[in-house]
Amino acid sequence: MKPYLRDHTPVLLSEIPDAPSYEAGFLVSKNAGWRSTRPVIDTEKCTGCLMCYLHCPEGVIYKAGGKVAVDYDFCKGCGICVRICRAGAIETEAER
Amino acid sequence: MSINVRDLNESEFFYGHKACAGCGGSLAVRIALKVLGERSVAVLPAGCMSAVGFNFPQLCFANNAIISTFAGTASMLTGIEAGLRAKGVSDFHAVGFAGDGGTADIGLQALSGAIDRNDNIIYICYDNEAYMNTGIQKSSLTPFGARTTTTPAGKNIRGNVKDKKNMFEIVAAHGIPYAATASIGYMNDFMNKVDKASRIHGTKYIHVMAPCPTGWGHEPCETVEIAKEAVDCGLWYLAEYEDSEYILNRNVKDFTDISQYLRKQSRFRHLRDEDIEYITKSRDAKWNEIRTKYKTV
Ligand SMILES: Cc1ncc(C[n+]2csc(CCOP(=O)(O)OP(=O)(O)O)c2C)c(N)n1
Ligand code: SF4
Ligand code: SF4
Ligand code: SF4
Ligand SMILES: [Mg+2]
Repeated sequence: MKPYLRDHTPVLLSEIPDAPSYEAGFLVSKNAGWRSTRPVIDTEKCTGCLMCYLHCPEGVIYKAGGKVAVDYDFCKGCGICVRICRAGAIETEAER
Repeated sequence: MSINVRDLNESEFFYGHKACAGCGGSLAVRIALKVLGERSVAVLPAGCMSAVGFNFPQLCFANNAIISTFAGTASMLTGIEAGLRAKGVSDFHAVGFAGDGGTADIGLQALSGAIDRNDNIIYICYDNEAYMNTGIQKSSLTPFGARTTTTPAGKNIRGNVKDKKNMFEIVAAHGIPYAATASIGYMNDFMNKVDKASRIHGTKYIHVMAPCPTGWGHEPCETVEIAKEAVDCGLWYLAEYEDSEYILNRNVKDFTDISQYLRKQSRFRHLRDEDIEYITKSRDAKWNEIRTKYKTV
C-alpha cells in the first residue's frame, strides 16, 4: 500500500470537499520533472542489501526479486542512493 | 528483539511529497511511519513536513494525518488520543512530527503539558536546526555559528551567537517515561527507538537530527552522510532517557574532525579558526558532562 497517482484531478467546486478532510494518499502530480539525473540500478552488481531502500527520502526504491527497483514517477534524483550503495550498483545517468 | 530493514513494513505512508530533493526531515517521517504502521494518526504542525505533505488535492500521507496549529502539536495529539480512547479504539498510535521551531520554541508549552499529564502519545521532533519552511530563520535549536536569515554572517557577528538548546534534557527533566535522541545517519538506531517508544505507555519523545540541504547548504546526496558525521564528530549524540536514567548509546572514542563537518555546509563557511575552537571546546565540555552523568554502554 502507498499513495498513488489518480487519473482525475478534482477541479470543480462540487468535487472539492466542504469539510477540511479528504481521502488519504491522493496523488495528482508526479515529481519526475524535478530530476536532472536518474539513478540506474545494475541488478548484476546489486546485493539486495536494501540500504538504498532504507535511505531514500521519497520511498521510491522498492524490493523486486531479491534486488531493488525505482519508481521513476516520484524519484527526485537526489543521489542519496548512489552514495549509500557500497556495491557501486547505482549509476547516475543524465536526464535528457 | 530489534527491527531491521528486512522486516520493515513495505508500505509507504509518506509518498509523492514536495520536499526538496535529499530532505532529511521527510526521510525521518517516512521511516518512523513505516515502523509505526497504518494505524498511526499523525499530527503535523506548520512547518516543512505539513507544507510538503498536504497540497490539496496532492495528499501524501497514506495513514490518517492532520495539520495542527504551529504551537499545538502536543495538544492535538492529546485530543486525538483521548477522543479515540473515548470511542473505544485502542490499537493506534498518536504520533506528532514537529520541527525544531515548532518543538523547542512555540510548541514547548503544549509539549510540556502533555508530558506533565503523561498523555499516551509519541512526539517526534525532526531537527533541521532552523525555521526552514519560512526561509531559514534561527530557532533555539540553531547551533552556534550557523548563518540564517536572522543571524547573518557579517564583519562583526559571524552567524548565530547562541548555543543550541538541549531539548532532549529539557524533556527528560520532566521525568518522561521515554525520551531519545537519534539521527537519520544512524537509521537502525532511529527505527528501534521509534519501535521501543511505540511499546511504552505514556508520553514518548524522540529528537531526530535531520539535515536540510536547502538550509544547511550541502549537496542533496550528502544528507545521510552529514547526519552521520554530526554524530561522529561529537556535535550530536545518540542517547536515551528511561527509568529516570540517562543512557549514552554511542560512546564515540575518537571524534572525527569538526572543521571537516562544518566546512561541508555553506551555513558555516564564514567561521574563523577561533569560532571552530569555541565549538570544539563546547563539544568537549558537553562530552565530559555526558560521560559523568550518563550511563555508558
Ligand atoms: C503561530 C504561527 N506563527 C508563525 C507561523 C509561520 N510558520 C509556518 S512554518 C514556520 C517555520 C517552522 O519551522 P520548524 O518548526 O523548525 O519546521 P521546519 O519548517 O524547519 O520543518 C513558521 C514560522 C505559523 N504558521 N503560525
Ligand atoms: S544499496 Fe546497492 S546493493 Fe544494496 S540494494 Fe541498493 S542497489 Fe542493491
Ligand atoms: S535519487 Fe534520491 S529519490 Fe531517487 S531513488 Fe535515489 S534516493 Fe530515492
Ligand atoms: S527546506 Fe529543508 S526541511 Fe524543508 S523540505 Fe527542503 S530540505 Fe526539507
Ligand atoms: Mg526546522
